[in-house]
Amino acid sequence: MHKFLSAYFYYFMKNIATKYFHILAVFTLVFASFNAHAASDPQEGGIVDTKEEVEAYILHHIKDAHDFSLFSYTDSEGERHHFGFALPVIVKSSKGIVSFMSSEFHHDDAGQVVVDHNGMRFTKIHGKIYELDAGAASVAFDQEHHPTNATQTLDLSITKSVMGILMIGIFLILAFSSLAKQYRTKQVPTGFGRLLEPLVLYVRDEIAKPNIGEKKYRKFTGYLLTVFFFIWSLNLVGLTPLGFNVTGQLAVTAALAVLTLVIYTASGNKDYWLHILWMPGVPYLLRPVLAVIELAGALLIKPFSLLVRLFANISAGHIVVMSLIAIMFTLRETLGVVGATSLSFVLSFFITLIEVLVAFLQAYIFTMLSALFIGMAVAEHEHH
Amino acid sequence: METLLNDFSPGLFLVSSILLIALILLMVKFAWKPILTALEERETGIQNALDAADQAKKDMESLTANNDALLKEARAEREALLKEARELKDKMISDAKAAAQAEGDKMLQQAQEAIESEKKAAVADIKKQVASLSLAIAEKVIKSELSSDEKQQKMVADALGDMTLN
Repeated sequence: MHKFLSAYFYYFMKNIATKYFHILAVFTLVFASFNAHAASDPQEGGIVDTKEEVEAYILHHIKDAHDFSLFSYTDSEGERHHFGFALPVIVKSSKGIVSFMSSEFHHDDAGQVVVDHNGMRFTKIHGKIYELDAGAASVAFDQEHHPTNATQTLDLSITKSVMGILMIGIFLILAFSSLAKQYRTKQVPTGFGRLLEPLVLYVRDEIAKPNIGEKKYRKFTGYLLTVFFFIWSLNLVGLTPLGFNVTGQLAVTAALAVLTLVIYTASGNKDYWLHILWMPGVPYLLRPVLAVIELAGALLIKPFSLLVRLFANISAGHIVVMSLIAIMFTLRETLGVVGATSLSFVLSFFITLIEVLVAFLQAYIFTMLSALFIGMAVAEHEHH
Repeated sequence: METLLNDFSPGLFLVSSILLIALILLMVKFAWKPILTALEERETGIQNALDAADQAKKDMESLTANNDALLKEARAEREALLKEARELKDKMISDAKAAAQAEGDKMLQQAQEAIESEKKAAVADIKKQVASLSLAIAEKVIKSELSSDEKQQKMVADALGDMTLN
């Protein structure tokens, strides 16, 4: 049965792969060129041209943002034009929750613009929202460029990443609930559902079942499926010129890792805790030492490896793609405009293809390791 | 490391955790539960159908075997019936033959016996007639022989003559 299903799956994927490869290639081309366009726009009123400016631009791009900006440029009169839209800022200030639109900062990110709200003053410095101390009219910086008269607020804004999560969440709910509805009337789904079904089967049969076990997998499959499709689609959205970098945000990967940690810690059985706290079959003197190591492994190292792996892979992917796109500026003088542009185009095209693979791979690895950790926590041990 | 920690936004962590938990709960309720249930139902359905097909195949096989056995039995029975009939026929024929033979023999014997008795009767009758005829002839001959003396003399002489010859 299982063999039949996996054979079906591979046959299906092969078909899909050949059918959609052209479309995929075209999309990648479009994305690569769009990214190039996004990277070519000037930042903070200036032209991004030197190595340092490119680095700063890339590091700025992989961060979360308070407004959704597609691109911006400076016209011939020296006026800045921004394409995109503002997102709501929600912060917990000293007087409770305050909310206003990010457009009030006027694209400032250096603490220059101060927004007045209910007698509180807010400013944005490097993507963080600060509340100015009472009586202060503008931000004062110390020598390390830290503000001295403002405190950081708890930022609950609908940032670009939150918007990405909301968009993907709605997309996932719509896509999979429509698949679920299809099963009410027919045995085999049609249309988009036919593409989704083998993926669901793949996660269930190749990730959940082998790692958690035939008996207990069902309870955790919902979580694993959600996480898999969540990470995968956000990774893919990150490759589009929309410029999302949700799975490259430490806070988001940390939220995912903590959820996995909570799930496997809460569902750990007696054997699991026994093996962590009082390892059987080991000299008594060693057991407390082992308990410390095992506790650190279960509560810190496992989630830490999960969150860092996803964050680092996706961020690195973004940095590499953008750096390769930047070749057309940084190597313009040595290779000429055509040479630098074609080198940049070819390299970024192939790296984008690899990133499509990495997008799937990282989603698979995160889900797979989550399933493995859950499986270790609920495994029935043979009693020695 | 410091940049990393600096980049970590507790607010985003909070918001994304809440959104994720909500997403997981919604997906489990509206998507994964019905999808997984439907998939499992379909798989058990397929398994049952396969099992049923296997069972039907086995049934068919045993039915065929049964049919073969029945056919064989019927054939054997037919053979036996035919053989019996043939034997019966042979027996009837031979019986009839024997009976006819016996009857014929009996009739033949009776006929022979009748013929024999008729023959005897006829012979006896012929003998009787011959005797009476000879008597009559002898009477006439004697009458004519003994009608004169001479003849009587001669006869005696002849008789005497024969005796000497003896």
